[in-house]
Amino acid sequence: MRRAVVTGIGVLCAIGRNLAEFRESLRIGRDGASPLHNPEPGGAPWNMRFTVAGQVREFNATDHFDPKAADMLDRFAQFAVIAGREAVRNSGIEWTPELRESAAIVTGSCIGGQSTEDKGFVEVYRRGRPRPHPMTIPKTMANAGASALAMEFGVTGPSFTVATACASSNHAIGIASNMVRSGMCDVVLAGGSEATFSEGVLLAWEAMRVVSPTVCRPFSKDRNGMMLGEGAAMLVIESLQHAQARGARPLAEIAGFGMSSDAHHVTQPSAEGASRAIARALADAQLPPHAIGYVNAHGTGTTVNDATETRAIHLAFGDHAPRLAVSSTKSMHGHTLGAAGAIESAATILSLRDSFLPPTIHYSEPDPECDLDYVPNESRGWDGEYAISNSFAFGGLNAVLALRRLP
Amino acid sequence: MASQPTQTREDSVAERVLKIIADNQKKDVSLVTVESSFEELNIDSMDAVNIVFALENEFNINVPDEEMKNIRSVRDIVEGVGKLVAERPTDGPKAA
Repeated sequence: MRRAVVTGIGVLCAIGRNLAEFRESLRIGRDGASPLHNPEPGGAPWNMRFTVAGQVREFNATDHFDPKAADMLDRFAQFAVIAGREAVRNSGIEWTPELRESAAIVTGSCIGGQSTEDKGFVEVYRRGRPRPHPMTIPKTMANAGASALAMEFGVTGPSFTVATACASSNHAIGIASNMVRSGMCDVVLAGGSEATFSEGVLLAWEAMRVVSPTVCRPFSKDRNGMMLGEGAAMLVIESLQHAQARGARPLAEIAGFGMSSDAHHVTQPSAEGASRAIARALADAQLPPHAIGYVNAHGTGTTVNDATETRAIHLAFGDHAPRLAVSSTKSMHGHTLGAAGAIESAATILSLRDSFLPPTIHYSEPDPECDLDYVPNESRGWDGEYAISNSFAFGGLNAVLALRRLP
Repeated sequence: MASQPTQTREDSVAERVLKIIADNQKKDVSLVTVESSFEELNIDSMDAVNIVFALENEFNINVPDEEMKNIRSVRDIVEGVGKLVAERPTDGPKAA
C-alpha cells in the first residue's frame, strides 16, 4: 500500500485566522471563548443559557470573496474555501490540467448551511413571506463546501461530503487518505468546516443541555459541558511518492485510520465502540499500543463523554494508558462539530512537527473517572513519533486517525 | 415528544408530572408513581432531558442546567417541579 502524507494545512477558527496563529494559540493555551454574539449584521442579541462560544470574530466574507461570490456561499462554505486556499498555498502544489482531473475533494460537515436555512425559515414562518430566498437550497446543502472548493481550484476528480455529525471530518480525512493509499488519487484536499451559530441551531443545543453554562473544562471533575465553536481546517493529502517527486516536504504521515459503530444509543457513547476504532487505527498503521505517545481526545467537556473516552483509552491501550499524554484542544477552540476532526488533526500534526503537546485548558480538578495525563493548562515539549486523533459522533459513529512524525 | 397541556386544572402537579413521564417513556400512567425508580422506567440521561423539556412547556417553568444533575428519581422531579411552580414568576420563563 502507498503512504499518504500531509503537505499543506489551512485553519480558520476561534484561536487562529490561519495556521501560524493557530499554532501559536495551541502553544500558549489561548482561550478562544468570547461572549456569544449574533454575527448577522443588525441581528438581535441572543439570549441563551450559555453565554460564551468559540466564534470566529471580526470575519468579513468580502475580505475573502468578491461580494457576488460571498452571497452565493453560506458561512460554512466560505470557511472551507478560505482554509482550502491556505492548505493549497502551503503545500506548494501547482495545478496542472492532469492534476486537476485526478485530484479529489472530501469534506465533512455536520449541519451544512443551517444558518442560511434558519434565516430562510424565519422569513417564512415569522415574517409571513411566501418562500425563502432561491439560494437557500444550494447554500444549505452539506456538500456546498466541497463544491465551492472544486470550483475554486478547478478540481474535476471525485468530490463528496461525509456527514457523520461530530466525526464528519475525521471520516473525510480517513477516507481521503485511503483514496491516496489505494492508488485511486495522488492528491486529495480533505477536511471539514462548520458555521454553528444561528439562533435555531443554538436553541436546539440549549435544549439538549450539553453546552456549559460557564466554562468548558474537559476531563476536569467540575466539567459541565462543551463550548460550541466554528471554523474549518483543510489538509492537502498526497502520496509520499508524489510529494517527493515535486520536492515537497511532508508535514506528517496519515499512518492509519480506524472506524467503528457503537450500535448502542443515539447520544450515550460506548467505551467499547470507541476503543474498537482506536484499535483499528493502530492495526491499520501496524502499530502496537506502546508506539503512541499522544492522544488528541474528542474531549468535549461533557460528564459522559470524557469519562467514557477515558475508559475507551484504557481499553485500547491497557498498561500503556497511564504513559500517554491526552489533551482536548476543544477547551480552546470549542466543539466545531463537523470541522472538529480536521481542526484537531491539524493540531495533532503541529504537535508532531513542532514537538509540543497542546494543553487542555481550564483544567482545575482531577476526576477519579478521568485518571490520565491530560496535559493540564500548559503545553509542553515531547518528541514522540506517533499520535492519534479521536472523533466520536452522536449516533455512535467513531473515527480515529493515526498520525506519524516525519523527519 | 413535546407534550401540549392536556390535563385539567383539577390535576395536581404530581399527577401532571407522572403523566408526562409516562408519556415520554411510552408507559401506562398506572405504572408510574412517585416511588418509581429511573431504572424501573428505563429513564436514561437523554430521557431525563426530554422529560424536563416537556415539563418546562407544561408548567411554564425554566429548569437551569445545574439542576439537571440533582435529578435522580421521579420524586426529585415531582418535588423540583412543585418548587419551581410555587416560585413561578407571573411573566413566565424567557421567550425561546
